[in-house]
Amino acid sequence: MPVTLTCHVGIGPRAEGEALVADDNFSARYDLDRIKGVFSRPDHALAGQSYVDKILVMNTAKGGVATAWMLYEMVSRGMAPRALLLNTANTILAQGAALAHMPLCDRFDAGDVTQQIKSGDMLAVDPGLGQVTILDG
Amino acid sequence: MQLSSQAEAMLAGEMGPARKWAVEHQLQIGRMFDAVDMVNVSQAHMMADPESTGEAGVKLVESFAALPEEERRVVIPTITDPRGVDLNYYDPLGQTEEMADLERRFIAACQSLGITMTNTCINYQTVMPPVRGDHVAYGDTGVVIYSNSICGARSNFEGGPSALAAGLTGHTPRYGLHLDENRRATRRFAVKSPPRELTDWGVLGAVIGRRSGSYWEVPAIEGIENVPTSDEAKHLGAAMASYGSTPLFHIVGITPECDALDDVGGSRLPAEEVTADDLDEFRGSFGARGEKVDVVVFAAPQLSLVEMKQVADLCRGRTCHADTALLVCTPSSVYTDAKAAGYIDEIEAFGGRVLQGTCFYQQYAREIAEANGWERLLSNSTKIVNILGGYGYKPALAPMDACVASAIAGEIV
Repeated sequence: MPVTLTCHVGIGPRAEGEALVADDNFSARYDLDRIKGVFSRPDHALAGQSYVDKILVMNTAKGGVATAWMLYEMVSRGMAPRALLLNTANTILAQGAALAHMPLCDRFDAGDVTQQIKSGDMLAVDPGLGQVTILDG
Repeated sequence: MQLSSQAEAMLAGEMGPARKWAVEHQLQIGRMFDAVDMVNVSQAHMMADPESTGEAGVKLVESFAALPEEERRVVIPTITDPRGVDLNYYDPLGQTEEMADLERRFIAACQSLGITMTNTCINYQTVMPPVRGDHVAYGDTGVVIYSNSICGARSNFEGGPSALAAGLTGHTPRYGLHLDENRRATRRFAVKSPPRELTDWGVLGAVIGRRSGSYWEVPAIEGIENVPTSDEAKHLGAAMASYGSTPLFHIVGITPECDALDDVGGSRLPAEEVTADDLDEFRGSFGARGEKVDVVVFAAPQLSLVEMKQVADLCRGRTCHADTALLVCTPSSVYTDAKAAGYIDEIEAFGGRVLQGTCFYQQYAREIAEANGWERLLSNSTKIVNILGGYGYKPALAPMDACVASAIAGEIV
């Protein structure tokens, strides 16, 4: 039975894809090797893992404003996550998602989204409705 | 969202595709954060180094630059954050002609839009500080937290695209820190070990930022009795914003919105202590005494004229180790004054290099590490040691005098 999680209205188009989940935070500048498409920060929970075409499910944003440009640049090279789901986004992630036309949702009604979704779950994200469906949940 | 008639005209494309793009961008952000309307802003500050924008971001801004003049010019003072390439000094750093070309193209496009290339993340020290209650659209988290907290201005973190949108429209969505209710304290920290020098202030900012942990938390800080200098407040804020994505703090009795804790609603909050042990534990995570040091960096934030003098005083009459590089980042305006004062010559006689209008971590940090064989980096910036771990460096933290002493010794002292 698919399970649908509700959240605040987000940004960007609908998307489907596979979840990559961590109880950690996110910044494209601080955490990624954007050429190789992997998490490169040694102490990140996803260190070494590829984020390309994954729906990233994480806690919140880290410092830095670079992500506002970087998501667009990553999409232009086909080396980007497919969507971002967070407990709380910050303004920079929202701005980056808007420029990149990348789906972004946050503020889930059921609480900590990193506990609701597991890595490998197939998800359908609808930012306009504020809904995320776990397809094989 | 409610739009002014002028914003409606922009949205309809009557003022060209760049302003239409800008309002469409702002509407998406405004809806996500429940803004009911836009707020006029007096200045915009755009972060846009070529490593972040890539070819794609440069092409977007070039597409605006190709429009007729009345459709492309910014309508409020719009200034820039540090660049990624010092065009007077890039080949020796291991930066490529391709990187420099991207930089040149972006600068040309910005100038065509009427953007002023200040290339600084310390515009509150060097260009025009905002005043209390001034609504602005600033990028660079260090600029935003300083302007909100020390100046009492009102800005969200506006990344490059959003700062550009504000420049093109003169407004930004009214949400977050433009609203009184989001400027009240949500956390209360009692500092038991007051900071003494710049890096102490950065470490305190890092510890409070890490504990706060979200853009939507506002720390109120008690226990600071000595008024920080502008440089000290700069390091405190830059570190807090870096570790916590924190955009605003209050220091009781010091910052303009918080004469007393009750002014920001802090009395109802439980006080969380920040002890000397907490600060030492943080410092311990960036210690590496005795290890060979490849590069010593003073940057993030760029140095003020006062800091330039401090570095020059430490360098005077001494010599950097042959296997260690020393780099200093400052805006061109400070560089000019520092040159006249003799500070640049003293740093260069030491064997250091002063870069103009850049900041180290925005300068293709991964590529220049590979080109120069740099791994162990030492800085007095609590912010930069946070960022560079993801770029393949082993960062270490020490006060300014110990950084220069380490550059002389070739190892961390």
